[in-house]
Amino acid sequence: MTTIDIANASRWFGNVVAVNDVSMSIGPGVTGLLGPNGAGKSTLINMMGGFLAPSTGAVTLDGQPIWRNEGVYRHIGVVPEREAMYDFLTGREFVVANAELHGLDGRAAGRALATVEMEYAQDRKIATYSKGMRQRVKMASALVHEPSVLLLDEPFNGMDPRQRMQLMDLLRRMGADGRTVLFSSHILEEVEQLASHIEVIVAGRHAASGDFRRIRRLMTDRPHRYLVRSSDDRALAAALIADPSTAGIEVDAAEGALRIQAVDFGRFTGLLPRVAREHGIRLLSVSPSDESLESVFSYLVAA
Amino acid sequence: MYNPTVARLTYRAVLGRRRAAILFVLPALLLLLAAAVRGFHGADDQVAADLLGGFALATMVPLIGVIAGTGAIGPEIDDGSIVYLLSKPVKRSEIIATKFTVALAVTMAFSALPTLLAGFILNGNGQQVAVACAVAALVASFAYSALFLLLGTVSRHAVVIGLVYALVWESLFGSLVPGARTLSVQQWSLALAERIAGEGLFGSDVGMAAAVSLLVGVTVAAIWYAGSKLRGLTLAGEE
Repeated sequence: MTTIDIANASRWFGNVVAVNDVSMSIGPGVTGLLGPNGAGKSTLINMMGGFLAPSTGAVTLDGQPIWRNEGVYRHIGVVPEREAMYDFLTGREFVVANAELHGLDGRAAGRALATVEMEYAQDRKIATYSKGMRQRVKMASALVHEPSVLLLDEPFNGMDPRQRMQLMDLLRRMGADGRTVLFSSHILEEVEQLASHIEVIVAGRHAASGDFRRIRRLMTDRPHRYLVRSSDDRALAAALIADPSTAGIEVDAAEGALRIQAVDFGRFTGLLPRVAREHGIRLLSVSPSDESLESVFSYLVAA
Repeated sequence: MYNPTVARLTYRAVLGRRRAAILFVLPALLLLLAAAVRGFHGADDQVAADLLGGFALATMVPLIGVIAGTGAIGPEIDDGSIVYLLSKPVKRSEIIATKFTVALAVTMAFSALPTLLAGFILNGNGQQVAVACAVAALVASFAYSALFLLLGTVSRHAVVIGLVYALVWESLFGSLVPGARTLSVQQWSLALAERIAGEGLFGSDVGMAAAVSLLVGVTVAAIWYAGSKLRGLTLAGEE
């Protein structure tokens, strides 16, 4: 029980399409689901977790439909994004309850709490936990039955760097054990550090798929736009356009600045200060004008 | 069809919330009223029947039912923690059946028991008034628990709708408007009280057979529908 298949799945809420004709297959190892906020990652994970029916298409675990099939939870562990989790219980009571619902006993709960290193606080009320501690107890509740598939929605949100490292180690180990681990994130670096395989979702569409090197290259090779102010804009424009790393320059008189489109990110960032110095031009300001994550992702959709 | 773990979580959720204070306040108020009436007025069967019918059965029982029934599942669905129950290989019907059992036990304990006590305080169970009202509260508990559990499963505004139903429909229309009476849990349960207590103390617009079949039918249908709603419950993400 290890492969989740999403076949031409769409999901809409009223007139809003949250997931648009996505097909992907998530197998053993660690997979990162990358996309900006609101891209449909949670909707997709909720469909994989059986909490949402696809409007069209199919979401299956080794051929079995996940929606309305509670038997699949013998194989799936879910770590939801939402915080709410029976705050009136202690951490241990909560994890024991989760174990019991799987037909297991306190020993399984104890093992899971040890795995996430939460034994020291297990007898405190969950209401007193920090965000990182909650995240780890949620994790323990998903691990009690040693699932072969683990789904995590934004698991690193609110974690401090040390907790993040610990959780990454744990997920890496689980992936190395041959389990299917899928986590969502809107931060490329997070995904890059952990996932061997990345699926990118933008505006409900499946934008890219592959290992992180391929995704990284797609992201850095995209055309970059800069807004540059200098002591002599026209002279600078003339000098820059001679180089192949610059694809286009517009003199924006109203702004009193140059709008530059660069195609080779690495080369252009070296070129700009060198050219300025050679021509005795002072650079007053250089600012990327499309560095928002959204624009990075929308480039990927087009690619 | 009963899951002890689900039951344990549900009991703690229902009794551990601030709303649960109403579960203690209302019965205490009833007992206080009963003691005061007995003190000032002496034992009177008709007064006992009026107080238990007018306050206990018309107002207290449905209110307790709202708190216990919606509280058994509503907050979990609202805040999303129901996901920890749903992500388990446990039948949805088992979750609903267990939550119904808990809501029923809480409603009975906090409505039928105080009603019986109040009846004994008022007139020492003269003409079986106390027993009649306690039995009516017991059977009403089934229907209220099931209805409000269903309400908590399908609506985020379960408590408000439940309160409107309990206070406006059951207390006001159910007592005043003849047509509304036949569609009122309170009237169905009064049919039983009418049968048990001395003649002329309680009146119900519904016959015994109709009352019993309506109570059973509504309870079973509400539980079944809540189960099927939970099976198809969707959790939207926070995005």
